[in-house]
Amino acid sequence: MSPDSPPTSGAISRDEVAHLARLARLAVTEDELDVFAGQLDVILGAVARVGEVAADDIPPTSHAVPLRNVYRPDELRRGLSQEEALSGAPAAEGGRFRVPQILGEEQ
Amino acid sequence: MTSAGRVGSAPRSAPVLVDYDEVIERFDPVFGLEVHVELNTNTKMFCGCPTGFGAEPNTQVCPVCLGLPGALPVVNRVAVESAMRIGLALRCSIAPWSRFARKNYFYPDMPKNFQTSQYDEPIAVDGHLDVALDDGSTVRVAIERAHMEEDTGKSLHVGGATGRIHGAEYSLLDYNRAGVPLIEIVTKPITGAGARAPEVARAYVTGLRDLLRALDVSDVRMDQGSLRCDANVSLMPKGAVAFGTRTETKNVNSLRSVERAVRYEMTRHAGVLLAGGAIVQETRHFEEASGTTRAGRRKETAEDYRYFPEPDLVPIAPSPEWVNELRGTLPELPWERRRRVKSDWGLSDEELRDLVNAGALDLIAATVAAGAPAGEARSWWVAYLTQQANTRGVPLESLPITPVDVARVIELVTSGALNNKLARQVVDGVLAGEGTPDEVVAARGLAVVSDEGALVAAVDRALAAQPDVAAKIRGGKLQAAGAIVGAVMRATGGQADATRVRELVVGRCPPVGE
Amino acid sequence: MTGAALIRLTAAELAEKIHSREVSAVEVARAHLDRIAAVDGEVHAFLHVGAEAALANAGLVDARLNAGTAPSSPLAGVPLALKDVFVTVDMPTTVGSKILSGWRPPYDATVTTRLRAAGITILGKTNMDEFAMGSSTEYSAYGPTRNPWDTRRIPGGSGGGSAAALAAFEAPLAIGTDTGGSIRQPAAMTGTVGVKPTYGGVSRYGLVACASSLDQGGPCARTVLDAALLHEVIAGYDPLDSTSIDTAVPAVVEAARLGAAGDLRGLRIGVVRELGGEGYQAGVQGSFDAALRQLEKLGAELVEVSCPHFRYGLAAYYLILPSEVSSNLARFDAMRYGLRVGKGASAEEVMAATREAGFGPEVKRRIILGTYALSSGYYDAYYGQAQKVRTLISRDFAAAFSQADVLVSPTAPTTAFPIGEKVDDPLSMYLNDLATIPTNLAGIAAMSVPSGLAAEDGLPVGLQVMAPALGEAVMYRVAAAYEAARDAEDAGPLIHRVPELEMTP
Repeated sequence: MSPDSPPTSGAISRDEVAHLARLARLAVTEDELDVFAGQLDVILGAVARVGEVAADDIPPTSHAVPLRNVYRPDELRRGLSQEEALSGAPAAEGGRFRVPQILGEEQ
Repeated sequence: MTSAGRVGSAPRSAPVLVDYDEVIERFDPVFGLEVHVELNTNTKMFCGCPTGFGAEPNTQVCPVCLGLPGALPVVNRVAVESAMRIGLALRCSIAPWSRFARKNYFYPDMPKNFQTSQYDEPIAVDGHLDVALDDGSTVRVAIERAHMEEDTGKSLHVGGATGRIHGAEYSLLDYNRAGVPLIEIVTKPITGAGARAPEVARAYVTGLRDLLRALDVSDVRMDQGSLRCDANVSLMPKGAVAFGTRTETKNVNSLRSVERAVRYEMTRHAGVLLAGGAIVQETRHFEEASGTTRAGRRKETAEDYRYFPEPDLVPIAPSPEWVNELRGTLPELPWERRRRVKSDWGLSDEELRDLVNAGALDLIAATVAAGAPAGEARSWWVAYLTQQANTRGVPLESLPITPVDVARVIELVTSGALNNKLARQVVDGVLAGEGTPDEVVAARGLAVVSDEGALVAAVDRALAAQPDVAAKIRGGKLQAAGAIVGAVMRATGGQADATRVRELVVGRCPPVGE
Repeated sequence: MTGAALIRLTAAELAEKIHSREVSAVEVARAHLDRIAAVDGEVHAFLHVGAEAALANAGLVDARLNAGTAPSSPLAGVPLALKDVFVTVDMPTTVGSKILSGWRPPYDATVTTRLRAAGITILGKTNMDEFAMGSSTEYSAYGPTRNPWDTRRIPGGSGGGSAAALAAFEAPLAIGTDTGGSIRQPAAMTGTVGVKPTYGGVSRYGLVACASSLDQGGPCARTVLDAALLHEVIAGYDPLDSTSIDTAVPAVVEAARLGAAGDLRGLRIGVVRELGGEGYQAGVQGSFDAALRQLEKLGAELVEVSCPHFRYGLAAYYLILPSEVSSNLARFDAMRYGLRVGKGASAEEVMAATREAGFGPEVKRRIILGTYALSSGYYDAYYGQAQKVRTLISRDFAAAFSQADVLVSPTAPTTAFPIGEKVDDPLSMYLNDLATIPTNLAGIAAMSVPSGLAAEDGLPVGLQVMAPALGEAVMYRVAAAYEAARDAEDAGPLIHRVPELEMTP
């Protein structure tokens, strides 16, 4: 889904881990960055071997049993009451989920 | 209230705008439109929750559209069919195999923190829409793709001065809209429109709206957000071939705004470029009140949506039979109807255009379909009803009267049960919410006086009251009968059939022997 | 019958006694609840015990039977331990994570619904590695589960709680989920039976996702027949899961009964060359070799098959799984349910702070790894390439199944290791799933059945039996035949050799 680029040797920098943590909304600590960078480097080195397989003409498999055209009829199905919907909410107000101020904009 | 950010904290000077003629002299505009359409299916894209607008918050939700742990999506068949019908009407190819993907980004109005959307495998590609401009000419707009996705929830920002996202203390989230099926229709870059770029943009969205309405796949209410438009605009120096840097303007919520937003961005871009500056690729927001755009919040890092095929769904692989069956369900499309109506009703290009511009064409056609003669139907919609719409400041189609009602009124007039004056009163009653035309006639007692005896008596009284006029009529001056007819109409409170009264007047005044 | 005797019966035996009203479902439930109270302080198989609801269900089953109504399923009244990854309206669902601490879902999973409809008594929710990521249950946010065979050792994972509950006689039945071996590897470590059905065979609706294209719920039990009985309760088409297979459930109970008769003549059993030898503990290999001889004695023909792309399985798995995890776990953001930390800050800060506090290190590692693998510029080289490896592994299986009816291997390369030994070494932890991962990538059926104890440490070893998609019947048949033969040779089921646990008075 994006331009081809061969995997590196599996080397992943501390900065890269920090960037990924931001993308994944994880407020990781400095210590974690060190630990994760080291561990991910080892793991990436191991998983990079998928690149050894010559698979240019091989179709990808997403599901073992190939299904297609699975649909439901456009019919109402009972959902949750407002109370049930909000039952797990850390905070709610006026039938809505209450969340801290949002800084970013809608996409 | 949807969230809409404010200009970032850095102070910015007001943009230098360039005179429109100069813009066109120096630059060629390139623009593209992304239109999001909310489908009018009974249920959401991936679950059986209702899609109606305006319900109490979080009452049209379930584990799936709330993104609860463990919940799984299942595709709505009718939404897929609507997407294919839209694709077919736009003369797109329907992909024999397409998929949903996940677009990953965090935002509180998106319950799963990914949007299930088609990405590189859309259901419809490579089509076009011929759009009619004000002068009657037609422009072909190339369609890149139409794909399916799901809508987000809505946030309400509390605290701060404006109710806007900036300065708010906290936000309240309602997920009723989350998961409502959306079709995104994307044009290819539109070049060569020159000075008419803003007009073409508006005409395209208008044409698309009319098409979607004819397909009956969406409410297409820009005011309620069931049709939303983003406009991409860039300029390149006259004669250049490489496109300039583009901006994407969001929050364009009416047809008029489409035109204004494109035009404004053209003049703003020109101002920046002519001053030696560079356009920043960014998202901008259209401000309805001022007709200007403002920059959105600048992102710290480029978004990386990490698309990958949605593993909880299986591919959509419509058979040729299914596609053909759907092709067979396409109604008469707006341009086909226009061509037919023009010849059926014997209209000139100009007359047709006026009807289209007034938004009356579909309404007239529906009135004709309900049994009324075309001439009367046209006359009602373009004259009295257009007047009423203007008085109320609403579009013609928003008047609380249906083509069936209008057809019934016309029928009552034709049968002589109403005269024109009474018919207008009946229409007023319908517009006032008093019911159907027949209910209004009954409730207001508006039937034309058709008791022959009572009419004859009234005519005789009027003749007796104006003997000189009666003499003139007897003397062969039939045009003088108008005065007597008028008197009778006044006497019956307008409820008499004027034609019949005239006949009676003439009949009661036989010519004196020659 | 005493409670101590009841808890050692199989599910099939318990059902027979309950349905014939020799014992009541309430007595059976109480016996197991008592056992949990006595030993779970040591084992820690359960995160939540729903005693009241369990007794209420058992009471309903008894009432129906007393009224002369037929039991609602062959397992009505039999107790079960449910992995805490399936949502339940009457019990919390935590998925072993702090981020869902105390969360009470407003809906039931399809598996939960089917268990309830079958009259099965759900005793409680079992411990697991956080979000089913792990092979030892040490990554549970609520502390590790201990292996009843040796409480200093891990019970396997991620479904260590379900497997340990069986081995500790806290429940005769359990439900697990298997993404890369989370049912089968704990079964091997605890001397129990665990089945990963064909992908799409058991609904995932209400199963809190780890990796969507790999996750599969399945039955856990102490015998092959019990697993088959439970399999037929939970399996089958579900319109709420788009990946659910709309065909009849394989007749696995019949197959298990047929297999127990002990005749495997005419069946060809493939031994996968790549799943054994180097990297496999000697006692595991020894147990496996003995199992092969046993299968031959039962009349099966052994053939060696080769699956050359299995060597890329682990790598492909550790790209696909984290990628899907990074997306599936994005929803845990403190906005709508679950933990919220960082009061007063912006939504963005609260999200990041909550996810940092609520997820454990293994979950974070995999989220970061998956975020990386899906990043612009890396997708084709990682996720895309891994999906192609998946195709190659499926083709290897197809070739192997053209030569054999089922395939066999050791379930795991080692026996249960000591708690703490691998917890900080992710890669060596990942190697536990070497033999189980290929079937998840291919979506086919597989199970683990006890094959005895390893010579060097006296700990249980599992035999893995793999079958083509929807080929569960032949798989159960082979497993049941092997189980019967092994038990006969060993003078009783392996599970009866589990040492006595220390009881809480």
